[in-house]
Amino acid sequence: MPPLEVILQQAFNGLMLGVMYALIAVGFTLFFGVLDVIHFSHGDIFTLGAFAGLSLTFLWAAVGIGNPAVALLLTFLGALVLTGLIGVAAERACVKPLAKAPPLMTLLATLSLGLVIREAILIFYPRGADPKPFPAMLPQGLFEIGGVVIRYENLAILAIAGVAMVLVDLIINRTRVGASMRAVAQDAEAAQMMGVNLNRTVDFTFFLGSALAAVAGILNGLYYSEIHFIMGIMGGIIGFSAAAIGGLGNVYGAILGGLLFGVLQTLAAAFIPRGSEFRDVVAFAVVMVFMVFKPTGILGEKTIERV
Amino acid sequence: MDDQATKVLVSRRDLLKGGTAAGVGVIALGGLWRPARAQAKKVVKLSFIGPLTGGTASNGLGGRNSFLLAVAERNADPKSKYRYETIVLDDECKPTVAVQAALRAGSDPEVIASVSHYCSVVAIATVDTFNKLGLPSMVWGAVLPDITYGHKHVEITRVNGTMINQNHIAADFAVKKLGFKTFSIIHDTTDYGRGHAKYFTEGLERLGGKILSTTGTAKDQKDYTAELTKVKAEKPEVIYYGGLTPDGVRVKVQMDKLGVKAQFQGTSGIKSDTFIETAGASAEGVYCFVEGAPTEKLPGGKRFLEAYAKMAFKEPSEAYGPFAYVATHLVIDAIEEVGPDRPKVAQKLKRTRKPDTIIGPVEFDEHGQNTVPLITTHVAQDGKWVVWEDSEYATGKRELPGLKFKRERA
Repeated sequence: MPPLEVILQQAFNGLMLGVMYALIAVGFTLFFGVLDVIHFSHGDIFTLGAFAGLSLTFLWAAVGIGNPAVALLLTFLGALVLTGLIGVAAERACVKPLAKAPPLMTLLATLSLGLVIREAILIFYPRGADPKPFPAMLPQGLFEIGGVVIRYENLAILAIAGVAMVLVDLIINRTRVGASMRAVAQDAEAAQMMGVNLNRTVDFTFFLGSALAAVAGILNGLYYSEIHFIMGIMGGIIGFSAAAIGGLGNVYGAILGGLLFGVLQTLAAAFIPRGSEFRDVVAFAVVMVFMVFKPTGILGEKTIERV
Repeated sequence: MDDQATKVLVSRRDLLKGGTAAGVGVIALGGLWRPARAQAKKVVKLSFIGPLTGGTASNGLGGRNSFLLAVAERNADPKSKYRYETIVLDDECKPTVAVQAALRAGSDPEVIASVSHYCSVVAIATVDTFNKLGLPSMVWGAVLPDITYGHKHVEITRVNGTMINQNHIAADFAVKKLGFKTFSIIHDTTDYGRGHAKYFTEGLERLGGKILSTTGTAKDQKDYTAELTKVKAEKPEVIYYGGLTPDGVRVKVQMDKLGVKAQFQGTSGIKSDTFIETAGASAEGVYCFVEGAPTEKLPGGKRFLEAYAKMAFKEPSEAYGPFAYVATHLVIDAIEEVGPDRPKVAQKLKRTRKPDTIIGPVEFDEHGQNTVPLITTHVAQDGKWVVWEDSEYATGKRELPGLKFKRERA
């Protein structure tokens, strides 16, 4: 039996990893909940968000914004808007024109778009093939409680992720545009008849999901101090799987699924003999079990409809 | 699975870069001045295969440039019997892509030989492909022993050393020179990572070093906190990482974030400028081992670097560029001697002996393996890789992080 502090440290590691996955998973679940679309380029939008954030940090340094808190805030705002708008463009290019086509076509189109985004970063970003260092913009240093190492930046990352998730929840449930999203999720035609602007609602859904991916991308860079153009491949697969475990279309389910996935991977690597080699096998085996025995996920699908 | 594996063999960017560089070399040194004579020579094609994109691209691009330099030199030599043309292919450091590249090179009958592979995981994957196609292939960077020792194919040779020597010397350095006794090994689960872990373990056991744990991890894994937390509880003096740059960066940076107080020891796979640039301050005091010596210290290193500079390549030659350069010259020597005939060239290359290459004497054993490889220790100091003997860590002016932790514990 490993010492208690090791178990607690691993639990904290799993929580951090799970939060990263949860932020990506929420985007997947928003697209599916509102539009029944599985947006498979979302993982690469997440990468794009990270690279947008990194580029903005260079811009702020170049124009002389030295205050880390201001630079961080501007980085988040800039990357959110930029990535959100690219998400909307992706929707207009790959989702809306295929609204009446079989779902497989949308799947293929978004998969292809993901490849285009990834290759574009590789080719056009300076030395895009190399991993890129991400600047430390959060308070550095650490403290220990009972042998568990907690970094200040990890607490800040958890706080930022928490705020982002609460904001998404408030937008969906407490705002006019959120009401439109819920109405479209329930019945798009009826919502239109009641005066909901379908195009604007769909655009906003993609803006919100993609902006959240940018938050995930920047937090990923801050947590690991490094980003790479292929980070969205596994990030996207795991984010989608997490959304499916939680229940596609259910925001809380996506958060739960992300956390579960992170904790499962960490526990497998930490406590199963040779588990590190099989961490993905274990986590994806759980996904398969869910798909077979509870295909609607932990919290069930499409909560957005029922709200 | 990484969907990059299904990508076209050569990216547009690399086609442009490779094509331009090859074109400049061939035109400037081979054809423009004496077109009538050049046209009279029979054309022989050579292929280069290496990672031109992905995390290890810097090494692949350095190798490719060095290959193009050697070809340009031979085309400029009036004594050359043939005019050499090049095909540059990207293996992305991925086995499936590499096999496609080998198939593409081998299926062109005008290609007489290939200078192939930096990554062990792809070099071992293409061994049988080169054998089936009968295309002689000289490896210029991959270090897995089985690439030359795991079969009896006449087509495969290797100019650089293997990871056996590298890891035995690495174990010797850590135990005997630095006095470390306890080690935790982390390695990627490719043949490359497993091989390094295996031969380093062999070396340690021979010297009485204690291995606390061995952990295999997936290539391109992002999060190592679970593995490092486990290792931290073992309190090793050294964490040995057998893998390539992108993952090596992650392990080292996350080690520091988790407060793991151990020395980080790497292999030739992390010896790249990208490691130091990406790991930043975390790279300081990391050491690793590379076949050969720094280019400027090689017997013909100065001459090589001058010629390389004249070609005005955008990328540096990196640690294995000189090996690609020598491999290309050896391949061309064989073609010049026996003619552009694949089986004859393969037979000739298998027992290559040449005492005066820029990397020193080259002598292949019956497996086509160069038997006189030199291993050099490098340490990261002030954002640069420095040869151990020239570093302030060797003179005692600075203390390696692992030695400092060991002293603090005592």
